Amino acid sequence: MKGGILWQLAVTFASVSMVAVGGVVAVVPDIHRQVVDVLGWMDDATFANLFAISQAAPGPNLMIVSIIGWHMAGFAGLLVATVAMAGPACLLAFCAGRVLHFQADRWWVGAAKAGLVPIAVGLMLSSGLVTARAADRDALTVTITLAVALFTFFSDKNPLWSLASGGAVAVLAWRLGLAV
Amino acid sequence: MSELFLGFLKIGLLGFGGVAAVARHVIVEDRAWLSELEYASLLGIGQVLPGANVVNTSVMIGDRFQGWPGALLSLAGLLAMPLVVLSGLAMFYERFARVPEVQALMTGLAAAAAGLVLGSACKMVRRLKPTRLALLFGLSALLAVGVLRLPLLWTVAVLAPLSVGAVLWQRRAS
Repeated sequence: MKGGILWQLAVTFASVSMVAVGGVVAVVPDIHRQVVDVLGWMDDATFANLFAISQAAPGPNLMIVSIIGWHMAGFAGLLVATVAMAGPACLLAFCAGRVLHFQADRWWVGAAKAGLVPIAVGLMLSSGLVTARAADRDALTVTITLAVALFTFFSDKNPLWSLASGGAVAVLAWRLGLAV
Repeated sequence: MSELFLGFLKIGLLGFGGVAAVARHVIVEDRAWLSELEYASLLGIGQVLPGANVVNTSVMIGDRFQGWPGALLSLAGLLAMPLVVLSGLAMFYERFARVPEVQALMTGLAAAAAGLVLGSACKMVRRLKPTRLALLFGLSALLAVGVLRLPLLWTVAVLAPLSVGAVLWQRRAS
């Protein structure tokens, strides 16, 4: 039974990873559809809970898949789900990286790289905007986001300072009864 | 070699709310492994390929400096700490989630993480000094995904070839 679950985890997330163009954020709705509606592994509330845990931990966004693996089959599930989500995609990236490196003199490589830069930055701005909209629910959180954005823009300090101050300010505000 | 592993370990550990912003800080500013432009172009390739963006990018960076062992080490470094923290959180989350201070902390972290991404992306724009065409495509991507919330897959499928084509056209013209 457990072997069956591990196999299902591997197949499900390996195939999800192959359509995750633009990043894992793009396929979170699809992951939800698979594990809640199609496979019936969990209900909406459990999914939301697991998503919250994956957001609370540091790390790449693919951690949502790791925690689903953990929920389904413990530590083995966590490893299988993570490897399935990262493995095939990484192999592809490895090959693509090599091709671009060894063909660096070809006319299309320089253009491809230059053309992808604005897309990369535009999508990064978008993800900042989308997460800000989800995270900022009152004046305090909006202020934290704006202050950190300005600080990051004008200084080269370690991001830990921003994260620590953001967290500390929110806890302090809650203690003082300024925010929920 | 261990430099790569430690660098990515740091990225994983500090990467609250996604690792793109912290990865840029460590790779471009802290360790100065890549220039702003090189990082942005590798990130762009990582985004166009399927899979997690920075995970893809980490493999390409590791390979560039130390071949396939470097790629594996970078990947391991990036995922190690998050997986450890995640398993710890999974075990204690039920108990901790109800503590209001923890909730306030998570709210603050999420808001700060969003600011980190926005600030880093704006800094990239400033340092990359984009051409007018690049600005047009960057803004289109922002409008499509960030404002109109169009699907990423289709946005990338349409904008990436157009942007690469525009670069080709511009180079031929000059």
